[in-house]
Amino acid sequence: MSRLLALLGRETALAWGRGGGPLVAVGFYAGVTTFLPLAIGSEPTRLAAIAPGAAWVALALASLLSLERLFERDYEDGALDQLFLSPVPLELTCLIKCLGQWLANGAPLALAAPIAAISLGAGPDLAPLAFACALLGGLAFAFVGGIGAALSLGARRGGLLTAVIVLPLFVPPVIFGGGVLDAFAGGLPWSGGFALLGAYALGALAIGPVAMAAACRNALS
Amino acid sequence: MITALSIKDTAIRRGGRLLFEGVSLELAAGQACALTGPNGSGKTSLLRAVAGFVRLEAGSIGFGAADVEAARGGGLHMVGHADGLKPSRTAAEELAFWSRWCGGTDASAREAARTLELDTLLPLEVRRLSAGQRRRLAMARLLAAPRALWLLDEPLSPLDARWREAFGDLMRRHLDGGGLILAAVHDPLPIPTVSLELPA
Repeated sequence: MSRLLALLGRETALAWGRGGGPLVAVGFYAGVTTFLPLAIGSEPTRLAAIAPGAAWVALALASLLSLERLFERDYEDGALDQLFLSPVPLELTCLIKCLGQWLANGAPLALAAPIAAISLGAGPDLAPLAFACALLGGLAFAFVGGIGAALSLGARRGGLLTAVIVLPLFVPPVIFGGGVLDAFAGGLPWSGGFALLGAYALGALAIGPVAMAAACRNALS
Repeated sequence: MITALSIKDTAIRRGGRLLFEGVSLELAAGQACALTGPNGSGKTSLLRAVAGFVRLEAGSIGFGAADVEAARGGGLHMVGHADGLKPSRTAAEELAFWSRWCGGTDASAREAARTLELDTLLPLEVRRLSAGQRRRLAMARLLAAPRALWLLDEPLSPLDARWREAFGDLMRRHLDGGGLILAAVHDPLPIPTVSLELPA
């Protein structure tokens, strides 16, 4: 147990510092959401209509930023070898790496999500739900993204490859998450969409580590 | 607990090229083997095959009575030039993490740091260390978390004369305690070894 906690601490610290960490991700997120009114026009009714969806697309893109280095640096410098030579199953190691990624990147992005949605014209009462959705969605992004990052190990320009592998898998949380916020803003029932978002995140949490460990074993051999 | 290493009639293929075939080695507790051969002959691949990373084309690798999975999970150390140390973290953080990850304690990590004279280096970021200092930091794992089989890839190359000798003493002590060493080397090790030469 102590070694798992030590790994979680290390992974969170590394994710915090990796490629600028959460500051860059949040900055990118803020940048994309300020871009939209400039491109679409600042008419409040039109903006408010697209605000939840636009905030979700920006969130998915910002989550992609630091994924590239999730496994690659450990692969290059031999840390993945050392993590493998342990009684801890590689699946559990991958799970903890993704949790660290989520704590250091997903959580700060989730804090920024309500601010972005409100600044695009969504009502302030949307804030708690926007935060909860972004937190759950971030979990799904971290675990699904981890699969892409592990699969692209050893490839040149792995970051681009990661994006191509991962973006289709980001579609369901974007649909569910955007739908939940739209339904809430329109006064419709939203708990079903929220449950689907949670189910997708849990599915990613269950399947992701197995796929990542298999991809890592393949890359190391 | 690994009590023996037996490599039987192994062959390894990398990228479509057969590196070697028919390579065998029997190593008992307390023995060290110097693995030699020209560049590209497959020394590192053989070490990685023993550690379970590289699949064998033919033959088998066993660890005496120990279960293969368990032996690889907690019975062997591998130290090579890719040392897993992160340049942006301090030597103290890296030593503490890796010794705990390998099953050591804080006390054993401190003891290892003292033996390898790392104390003054611990507050520094890993990027500030020289190649030899970095190698000593990686080797601290060997002492902080005792495991029977050491797989070493050119262990002496970045070390100066004094540390080559000191590391020789550490290897001797490991062998006296019933350990095993398989080391890929170009220069002879400062301890008695059996030798295994891979063909060109």
